[in-house]
Amino acid sequence: MTFDPLSRRRLLRGTAALTVATAVPLRAAYAKETTIGFIYVGSRDDYGYNQAHAQGAAALKKLPDIKVVEEEKVPETDAVEKTMESMINLDGATLLFPTSFGYYNPHMIKVANKYPKPRFEHCGGLWTDKDPKNAGSYFGYIDEAQYVSGIVAGHSTKSGKLGFVAAKPIPQVLRNINAFAMGAKLANPKASLQVIFTGDWSMPVKEAEATNSLIDQGVDVVTCHVDGPKTVVENAARRGAMVCGYHVNQATLAPKAYLTGAEWNWEALYPRFVKMFTAGETIPNFYRGGLKEGLVKVSPYGAIVSEAARKQADDVKAKLTDGSYVIFKGPLVDNKGKTVIASGINRGQTDPELEKMDYLVDGVIGATS
Amino acid sequence: MKSDVPIALDQSEKSSRAALREQIAGAAEIVAIPTLALAAALVLFGIFVALFGKNPLDLYFYMYQGAFGTWFSWQNTLTRAAPLILTALCTALPAQLGMVIIGGEGALLMGALAATSAALALPGAPPFAVQVAMAAAGMIAGGLWIALSGALRQYRGVNETISSLLLVYVALALLNHLVEGPMRDPTSLNKPSTSEIGAANMIGTIPGTDVHWGFAFGIVAAVLAYVLIYHTVFGFAARVAGGNIRAAKVVGLNVSRLILIICFLAGAAAGLAGMVEVAAVQGRTNANLAAGYGFTGILVAFLARHNPLAIIPVAILLGGIGASGGLLQRRLGLPDASVLVLQGMIFIAVLASDSLYGRLPIFARKGAA
Repeated sequence: MTFDPLSRRRLLRGTAALTVATAVPLRAAYAKETTIGFIYVGSRDDYGYNQAHAQGAAALKKLPDIKVVEEEKVPETDAVEKTMESMINLDGATLLFPTSFGYYNPHMIKVANKYPKPRFEHCGGLWTDKDPKNAGSYFGYIDEAQYVSGIVAGHSTKSGKLGFVAAKPIPQVLRNINAFAMGAKLANPKASLQVIFTGDWSMPVKEAEATNSLIDQGVDVVTCHVDGPKTVVENAARRGAMVCGYHVNQATLAPKAYLTGAEWNWEALYPRFVKMFTAGETIPNFYRGGLKEGLVKVSPYGAIVSEAARKQADDVKAKLTDGSYVIFKGPLVDNKGKTVIASGINRGQTDPELEKMDYLVDGVIGATS
Repeated sequence: MKSDVPIALDQSEKSSRAALREQIAGAAEIVAIPTLALAAALVLFGIFVALFGKNPLDLYFYMYQGAFGTWFSWQNTLTRAAPLILTALCTALPAQLGMVIIGGEGALLMGALAATSAALALPGAPPFAVQVAMAAAGMIAGGLWIALSGALRQYRGVNETISSLLLVYVALALLNHLVEGPMRDPTSLNKPSTSEIGAANMIGTIPGTDVHWGFAFGIVAAVLAYVLIYHTVFGFAARVAGGNIRAAKVVGLNVSRLILIICFLAGAAAGLAGMVEVAAVQGRTNANLAAGYGFTGILVAFLARHNPLAIIPVAILLGGIGASGGLLQRRLGLPDASVLVLQGMIFIAVLASDSLYGRLPIFARKGAA
């Protein structure tokens, strides 16, 4: 707190002349300390997307000479522009992590153009050379973890029916659904995956309804891609179904029903970025990675996961980690019978075609529109 | 007989002095009571925060600093206030007729959609023409949206509060449908959005500030609304109808017409807010526009006791609370919800203080019962 530029003492010393407070120098001398700002679109204890980033931020707090400032529930409007500017102007932040997808364009781009000195790192955006050089985007190939999760689900299901509660039929989500379904079918060729789209990122009531309706249809393993999987996980467990988690480890919410899950590993990435930053190196403007790079991970298996499931999942995970395994390879047929990846074509993780995914693979029950 | 005249003069002089004194007391009362209510809410919030082990003096200092303490903070506050002035008018204008319209959010979304459509329908037109068309389209769409609630009430006896609220969800569904379907820019992969209106068509900020033109539009609209309501025959008629609808009908006022026009103007204000969000902030329409400005506008209108001029300072106050909320999170580690607690306390304190009018001895008026 000694470096806090806005301490009350300063105010008292500077007299209570509130009118001249405009002149208070807000950036005190930060000798060595680096201030890093984190901005979340939801609450940081949502057992989901935002908590995953907050865990990454928490990992940074342990580093020496690093100060982390955080703001939650910041909407994707000019409010986030003002939050970024406020962190720069009032807190002296030099590295910012606006973590929600909708912060990127136009908001973060605008602020990065206006403030050329601080560094901006966005999760999920697609940085191109037209974007400011002090901005960057990173993301994880979490579909790899979903694939492994799907394998475990395929082994564990008794009814052969799996369920997926998803927010929107956009490429990122479809890729997760497809990877999960393909993993499940690898383990159990007869498995099917029923998808329900709720229409938005955080719709707890609809998520609960979707979970119940899936279980009513005989689904016995449920997973999801929404901002906060808490509702889905707890409801499914209460109804006696098994669960695969998403974003963070939700085992504590459903200790008996939790099989495994696809998790972000920001607590590994962020310290790496910050070390580069404080050492004066340039963080790559466009950064992607999966299990191999340690950006994503698979939750520890729950007690009910069988030996066979563990073995196959670990096996595939090892191949994904050494980079010798391709999930999206031809021939791949979608659930309308159309070939989406021709025989002989391998779409590796970095393939830009995958960023445009607009189909559900064979075995998935549901429609993208 | 001689003595009568000076006495009469004396009396009239006395009564005019008394009237003046009453006016001043009345004006003082109007300022003092909400200020007291605000202070009470702040004290309550300070106690609330102290219960969580935070120093209330820090709290007040950071609130002031974050909202009004620097030029940057002022701009942050005014930027947040800008849409609120316009959306508050959407509730305050129909309130003159005794109607409770809470669907400003829907009008804002429809205004944004219409404004975007207007811009996309005029490729290559001079920017000024596009901007005028956008504003006109936004105001008409928003106006019709709220006029619909007015018409439902006048001709079908549907409660306007319920209908305007439900129409918000209709507007949101329509927006999502168009943005994810017919109007979707195919390159907006993970964030379904319409095409951009183009940088040239953006309305930018007020020179010398970061505050966009929406703030100026809001002030102009609030002043116009004030003149309309308090200094025109039309406004007088509206207030008569709001006071006693049967009396208004008896004196031959066309109440249906009044309701439709006032509702249209109210919706037009919110529609303009939507246009500004597109033309000054987002540059396109997507789900980000549903940021709740319409709902916060209701709070502003009620706090301002539906007086169009009072809306301006109240909107700035709430903008300031929003702006300082970030600093409270970052410096005191308070959750975002604490700002909602403060807003709630202010709301309740101001509403409760309504009962104080005419009861505080210092403002006691001669002749008042």
